[in-house]
Amino acid sequence: MPLTTRDDRMIWRRRTTGRDFAVWFGWLLGTAIFVWSWQVISENTIWFFVTDSPRVAADIGSRMVPPAWDYLSRLWQPLWDTINIATLGTLLALVMAVPVAFLAARNTTPSVLFLRPIALLIIVSSRSINSLIWALLLVAIAGPGVFAGIIAIALRSIGFVAKLLYEAIEEIDPVQVEAVRATGASEGQIISYAIVPQVMPAFAGISVFRWDINIRESTVLGLVGAGGIGLELQASLNVLAWPRVTVILLLIFATVLVSEWVSARIRHAVI
Amino acid sequence: MATAAGRFEAAAWRPPPLIASPLLRWGIGLGFALYLAVAMGTLDINWARVWEGLDRGWAFVLAFTEPDFTSRWRDISQGLLESLTMTVVSTVVGIAISIPIALGAARNLAPLPVYLLCRGVIAVSRSFQEVIIAIFFVAMFGFGPFAGFLTLSFATIGFLAKLLAEDIEDIEKSQAEAVRATGASWLQWLVYGIQPQVMPRLIGLSLYRLDINFRESAVVGIVGAGGIGATLNTAFDRYEFDTAAAILLIIIGIVMAAEYSSSMIRARIQ
Repeated sequence: MPLTTRDDRMIWRRRTTGRDFAVWFGWLLGTAIFVWSWQVISENTIWFFVTDSPRVAADIGSRMVPPAWDYLSRLWQPLWDTINIATLGTLLALVMAVPVAFLAARNTTPSVLFLRPIALLIIVSSRSINSLIWALLLVAIAGPGVFAGIIAIALRSIGFVAKLLYEAIEEIDPVQVEAVRATGASEGQIISYAIVPQVMPAFAGISVFRWDINIRESTVLGLVGAGGIGLELQASLNVLAWPRVTVILLLIFATVLVSEWVSARIRHAVI
Repeated sequence: MATAAGRFEAAAWRPPPLIASPLLRWGIGLGFALYLAVAMGTLDINWARVWEGLDRGWAFVLAFTEPDFTSRWRDISQGLLESLTMTVVSTVVGIAISIPIALGAARNLAPLPVYLLCRGVIAVSRSFQEVIIAIFFVAMFGFGPFAGFLTLSFATIGFLAKLLAEDIEDIEKSQAEAVRATGASWLQWLVYGIQPQVMPRLIGLSLYRLDINFRESAVVGIVGAGGIGATLNTAFDRYEFDTAAAILLIIIGIVMAAEYSSSMIRARIQ
């Protein structure tokens, strides 16, 4: 316990002098980085637009009401596309994520040295790139449309699902695996009778959770041309049709709320 | 006879299904199959175009073997600088705003009106995609990293304040009560009774959010809010796959490094 002596009395201190300095320098460094970063942003900003923003905000706000409700009838088809992108993308991701998860889990991977790092690399690459960037890439490759959106959602979701699933697989009760193995079961039988039943609830929960996230993400994929309601948003923004933008945003908001409610109900039932 | 029946039973045993009620199980299965059929039927996919794209897809995969960092290095480094500074500033500002909102959104600290107000702020921040918020901020504040910084700060509030508020609601009550019993003022109670209990979690969440903010900063650039996303978008528009591959590799590298170091720090703190 660090102490100092002052007037012949011992006073409790939280840290030693050296650690006090270290903490102080840490804060100094952090503050310096923050101030420098702010300066960089400030240099790249046109401050006239920022000071002008309250007027612009009020202007946009006044243009956004009243919402163009009759536009709603043209939004059902894109909304259906959006839901399909999210659902089919999630399904595709599940199919691909399951083998990756089994390869990545320490207790089921056939080779810790070779296959596990590859599986982990797949997970990290898929997770570190946002679905919008995947969509950008796929639109450049496969052309604009729903297909690019589905694949983008799938590629982004593999890492998410595989990561959570392999963590669930690593946390299973090994006693059950041993019991099934003791009956003389093959590796495949061990997986289907000892491991799958243990991770099934987690898998169902993860799938629905990711589907819910994907509904959110697929609403904006259209901004880069990957289909769905984002296309309409982009089109309306381009012609500054703000009343239409309001309707689209409200519809997105309602869809997200519904999907969140559905996923919460299902997860509640499963777990 | 007994052995034959036993063998019969053993052969017929199956693991219990995930959904116990057969009606619900078959209902869900059938409904899902029906949905798939309808969805596939209405999907408008131009397979010829996809087929044509396979060559380009392969070209992109090949580009990863020789990424081009040099020829657009000025754009890349400028975009990266903006992304990183946006990440730092928006995380710090986001945390600074999140803490008071988290205090207000914890039911054991705040009176009901304050609680509802703060929960409302969190709900608004969480329900919209960063990109949609970015579009509005770009429209209001013009192109550039300032709009991106505001977007990420705003998104940080919803994430951090919600999780921190939940942590504050879960604290050990006796510690806070002990501090209160010494006659501490409200602020002292906060600093000595509550803050030490939630600090490890706050640091962990902040590091995690730093990570997320960097990833998101790569995206908001697509709609003009500054950062590496704009550079990436341009690279794809020009079909410069080797430059795009270089940018993606940099993003993956930084995210991996951030994830690794933040998990190390979190392991030491918690």
